[in-house]
Amino acid sequence: MIAVIDYGSGNIQSVSNALNDIGAEYVITCREKEMCDADKIIFPGVGEASYAVKRLHMLNLFTMLRVVKKPLLGICLGMHLLCEKSAEGNASCLGVFPVNTEMFNDSKIKVPHMGWNKVQITKESKLFEDIPDGSFFYFAHSFYVPDNDYSSAIAQYDINFAAAVEKENYYGVQFHPEKSGEAGIRLLKNFVEKC
Amino acid sequence: MVAKRIIPCLDVKDGRVVKGTNFVNLRDAGSAVELSQRYYEEGADELVFLDITATEERRKTLVELVKDVASVLRIPFTVGGGISALNDIEMLLKAGADKVSLNSSIVRNPNLITEAAHRFGSQAVVAAIDVKKENGTHIVYIKGGRERTERIGLDWCKQVNELGAGEILLTSMDRDGTKDGYEVDFLKEVVSAVSIPVIASGGAGRKEDFLDAFQNSNVDACLAASLFHYQELAIKDLKNFLLNNNILVRT
Repeated sequence: MIAVIDYGSGNIQSVSNALNDIGAEYVITCREKEMCDADKIIFPGVGEASYAVKRLHMLNLFTMLRVVKKPLLGICLGMHLLCEKSAEGNASCLGVFPVNTEMFNDSKIKVPHMGWNKVQITKESKLFEDIPDGSFFYFAHSFYVPDNDYSSAIAQYDINFAAAVEKENYYGVQFHPEKSGEAGIRLLKNFVEKC
Repeated sequence: MVAKRIIPCLDVKDGRVVKGTNFVNLRDAGSAVELSQRYYEEGADELVFLDITATEERRKTLVELVKDVASVLRIPFTVGGGISALNDIEMLLKAGADKVSLNSSIVRNPNLITEAAHRFGSQAVVAAIDVKKENGTHIVYIKGGRERTERIGLDWCKQVNELGAGEILLTSMDRDGTKDGYEVDFLKEVVSAVSIPVIASGGAGRKEDFLDAFQNSNVDACLAASLFHYQELAIKDLKNFLLNNNILVRT
């Protein structure tokens, strides 16, 4: 059973449609109890970081998400929230990954970074099994996690940034696997079946 | 780097896809869900749905359509047409749309852009702008091209950028449905004046028109409707042609 966290900031419908494709059992929830009962957690996210952090505190999920030991996949904003600090609203996030989220330089490139970009796999990763290096994934974001020790994949937009990060049971992807066609469905399937 | 996008646009009326010339003379082009599925399989990068008959009572139908489309599509899609309230935006995004396109409502109430961007993120807010050239100046039209405004196209593009829109969908009313090619000169002006992605719309007739827009105006995406609906141009062929001409597209 997968718990998909609904904290008012996610594109929940798209994530659940994609989970239907791979026949995964899931529950959409904002309750700690159901997350504790689940085998894995998906932490989606669309929206603004400081608002999302507030919601996590209000729902009493903040501490649980920091210490949970089961596989957890943060998507887009969900990945940002797993990091230390976000430049978006100067938010103090969960601090699982010791790196800060920064904003793209809009005097040099178009922001948001919107569209399909090639993802280069930089470390062996269960998440990317059977996904060809250089596959296209769909991105839609203005803030990014710099390439760091925990990156398992990077993408290039003005600079190289982390397209995916991994640390113990925590996984984060900057792109939207639920909107990235077949490659994205494969990645979600890998998370559900292999991580 | 990020790939250039090819976006089929589906003008929707009561769940059916329709297409007109210069915004009038509607023709039926099939079921929205079936066409969505086809475009997804053919390699479209994104889809845009414009409900051209959006009224209050049809709002629910639009939400249902978005749900149906979201159940088959695994690529992003935008929905627009008569959206004027934050609650409408929330319903459509919750139903599975990735972005909403706002047109007449933001001309009447520009703050809606900022409010929507704050609540849902800039990436979810597309400013759709319809322009018509009059004595050398591009004038903004609203209500599906039926009502002229006093706004100057280029100024309005800059303003929506500053207000927090995440993307501009720029339609040339003069070219719409004509297949004479995109209005590349004006697109180029807009692309260099704003810091957000721009989608070209209106006038695509041949694969060379897409190449022309990407090469000469540096737009981020090209949108077309009838060309794809009636299978005059296959997305795969178009993408191969662009790749052979050194335009990075997703394959």
